[in-house]
Amino acid sequence: MNAIGWPNWRRLNQEGIVFAIAILLFAAAAIGLPGFLTADNLVAIVRSVSVLGILALGMAVVIIGRGIDLSAVAIMAMSVAWYLQLVNTGTSDGLAFGYVLAGVLAIGLLNGFLVAYADVPAIFVTLATGSFVFGYVRSQLITQDAVPVPGGHWVELLGGVRFLDIPVEVFVFAGLALLFFLFLRYTKWGRFIYFAGDNPVAARNIGVPVRPMLVLRYMLSAFVALIAGLLTAASLHSINTRIVNSTLLYDIVLVAVIGGIGLSGGRGGVRNVLVGAALIGILLNAMTIIDIPLLYQNLIKAAILLGAIIVDGIINPRDEQTAQQGDI
Amino acid sequence: MKLFRTLMAAATALAVTAFAAPSFAADDPGPAAYAKSLNGKRVMLVPLAMGFDLAQGWAHYLKKEVEAWGGTFETRDPNWVVDAGAQAITDAIASDTRPDVLIIHAPDLNSYSKLMKKAQAAGTYVLLVDNPANFPADAFVGSDWDKLGQLEAEAAIKGCGENSSKKIGLVQGDQANSSSLYQYAGIMKVLEKHPDFQVVAKPDSNWDATTSRNVTTTMLQQHPDICSIIDFWDGDATGASAAIRDAKLDGKVFLVTTGGGEKAADCDKLQDGTYGAVVMTDLARQSGDMNAIIKFLLQSGQPAGTSHTYIYTLEKATTKADLKPDSCWDLKALQAEAAAK
Repeated sequence: MNAIGWPNWRRLNQEGIVFAIAILLFAAAAIGLPGFLTADNLVAIVRSVSVLGILALGMAVVIIGRGIDLSAVAIMAMSVAWYLQLVNTGTSDGLAFGYVLAGVLAIGLLNGFLVAYADVPAIFVTLATGSFVFGYVRSQLITQDAVPVPGGHWVELLGGVRFLDIPVEVFVFAGLALLFFLFLRYTKWGRFIYFAGDNPVAARNIGVPVRPMLVLRYMLSAFVALIAGLLTAASLHSINTRIVNSTLLYDIVLVAVIGGIGLSGGRGGVRNVLVGAALIGILLNAMTIIDIPLLYQNLIKAAILLGAIIVDGIINPRDEQTAQQGDI
Repeated sequence: MKLFRTLMAAATALAVTAFAAPSFAADDPGPAAYAKSLNGKRVMLVPLAMGFDLAQGWAHYLKKEVEAWGGTFETRDPNWVVDAGAQAITDAIASDTRPDVLIIHAPDLNSYSKLMKKAQAAGTYVLLVDNPANFPADAFVGSDWDKLGQLEAEAAIKGCGENSSKKIGLVQGDQANSSSLYQYAGIMKVLEKHPDFQVVAKPDSNWDATTSRNVTTTMLQQHPDICSIIDFWDGDATGASAAIRDAKLDGKVFLVTTGGGEKAADCDKLQDGTYGAVVMTDLARQSGDMNAIIKFLLQSGQPAGTSHTYIYTLEKATTKADLKPDSCWDLKALQAEAAAK
């Protein structure tokens, strides 16, 4: 694949491998599993990975710029929990949302500032801010792990929105994917992210505002996390902050990386997120239909992901000359 | 004669002051012994997390009682992290203020076994609450999960009715937690007696509401005629109920779950029809049981680790029809009560 354009089919890369596995799985499930290839089930597959995919879009932009945001899940759960807590205890809706939006952007700003201007590695900064957000909100601002959406609140109504029987998160995922695609592909700042991710020093030398853009990316990721949290609460009529302890964060990184966005930055795009999300969605759905126990599901998921990475490693060996400092 | 009367009166008065009066105040040895054994004793609760209804309820009732008999009550919050719980227990055993009673909510069958043994060796009584473990604790207080599963299955069968599809779906917790494993065993016991009912799917939610929603969505698409779903915990059954709502099967799928009997989590949802039946734990009584066994152990004088008592809480499947004003306890009210102090 060249950095900008369409995949180079003659040279199979990780994205291609994962895409091929996804297609194979899809075909096998469509033939072998009754009820897999129905409109309802296909919608359910997309829906089951919508929130994951939305979070992965935010993560992708950060990773392409050679960073990582480990605070995404904490921001997603805690911002919405705080918002619902405020509304539940009588704060006016607009004011509560204003506070939460300001809080979310402030955390993104802090992440970006510490990475860009204080030169602290992103992995440590965001790990720390994630823990801080969780700890502070959980201990000071909310009283319980699970915060319910008050009856009749717009978040509850949002969860019931359907077009053509398709739940709202699918449209939000699709819309955000399109916006991110346009941003990364056709805007100047979008292109700059690749330059900055590929070689930050060179990008700075040619006059790219590397540091302000870095701050912007973390704010964008935080904002996307808020949207994902609102959609989760909309569907479940509550938000459970326990999700911060789950493997969701790794799944987000996984969706981005398995789709072929290199952790070393500068490569990949929205399409990689979609491919990664498709594989995970099809895999989980098929295994649920077959009724495979969770332990084996995790094993199978891990084996397929490991397989994809190994095949990629064999087909595309690391090149010592282009390998970058900061590779994870 | 007059002298005799005076003497009698004097003797009576003397007798009353000499014998009767002290016997009113000091003859019951109970309170003194009670105070001697209990005063200043330390009780510590280490639940899976402090942020959910069961733990907050236990802590509320236990604190009230322990402080009333002159002990100190503390909690630790591992926040669902097994390692953090282990750390909290280790620190508690090693500290100068080692608790006399440790109440542990085990995350699975084995994780804390060694630590609990250590605690008993140090002289701390170990109580297991809610989740059984492979360890002979001084007492287990909580649900008989097998029986609880049986109650759920019976409620599901009743909810389905005789003229239904007789298809039941399970949303299990995980394959490590004893409450999930025993609950499953109990459900299957009842279903064996009703061979016409079948389990069509039994995915795990990993106790997560979003996962519960996703697996239930798939289950309902594969088997749209399911008449009842049993979700293993009210903490994630909100996900199963969302899937039922999204599939427009409200009222057609009888959702059974289990929980701590908290108002917002259980009774309100029975009332609005989200849940068909909830097997509820009487939390106040369960806390009372814990308090009673704590008081017994501290007064017994027996070394830690010598008794192995099981105190199962009375469980009952509650439906909308038998909801009463006192069916649930109200976490908000408890929090308001605590805040007012």
